[in-house]
Amino acid sequence: MGDLLQIIVAKYNYWIYITLMMIGLYAMIGKNNLVKKIVGMSIFQTAIILFYVSIGVKKGATIPILEHGHGEHGHSAAALIVHAVDYVNPLPHVLMLTAIVVGVATLGVALALAIKVHNRFNTLEEDEILAQIREK
Amino acid sequence: MVWQLDLAILTLVVITAVGSLMVKDLLGAAILFGAYSFMMCALWSIMGAVDVAFTEASVGAGVSTVLFVAAVLRTSRRTRD
Repeated sequence: MGDLLQIIVAKYNYWIYITLMMIGLYAMIGKNNLVKKIVGMSIFQTAIILFYVSIGVKKGATIPILEHGHGEHGHSAAALIVHAVDYVNPLPHVLMLTAIVVGVATLGVALALAIKVHNRFNTLEEDEILAQIREK
Repeated sequence: MVWQLDLAILTLVVITAVGSLMVKDLLGAAILFGAYSFMMCALWSIMGAVDVAFTEASVGAGVSTVLFVAAVLRTSRRTRD
């Protein structure tokens, strides 16, 4: 029991990411309003992006910008060596930049579809829309 | 990365996420979602991902909130859940 609690406390950030993902998944499945479903989709996306960004974090490292990138501090070979341990891993960052932009594009399409649904059925609640479809 | 700051901002992120799904007013949900995006941006900047952080601040907290507010003003504002 003590070991399990220690594992949970040591990896607390991963548990919170999973909690956020489950909040988004519940909103996509369980909520009745279409805008609330879209909010849940965005929460799910940002939780996954948060997980990927947190993979690149290192202890005692700084942001991934080279300090002597232009080599103005002397031309000796030792000054030009890049120690990868000193910087956080930038690869997950550039991958997740694409994911953020794609997320905004899907959000715009989803909201445009929600506006179209509202124009046709005059409501955003899912059960009322389904009832109107069944009546026809 | 200071773990106290990390835990505090993560708690705020979860609170704003739950709040934006619980509130009955859709415009309030849009504003709380903007607050959620901004907390996420603060979290990424303390993780050292500055490029992701300012992209999220401009695109996530800015454009997404504008899109939500525009969509809510063009449709209905009140909801039951």
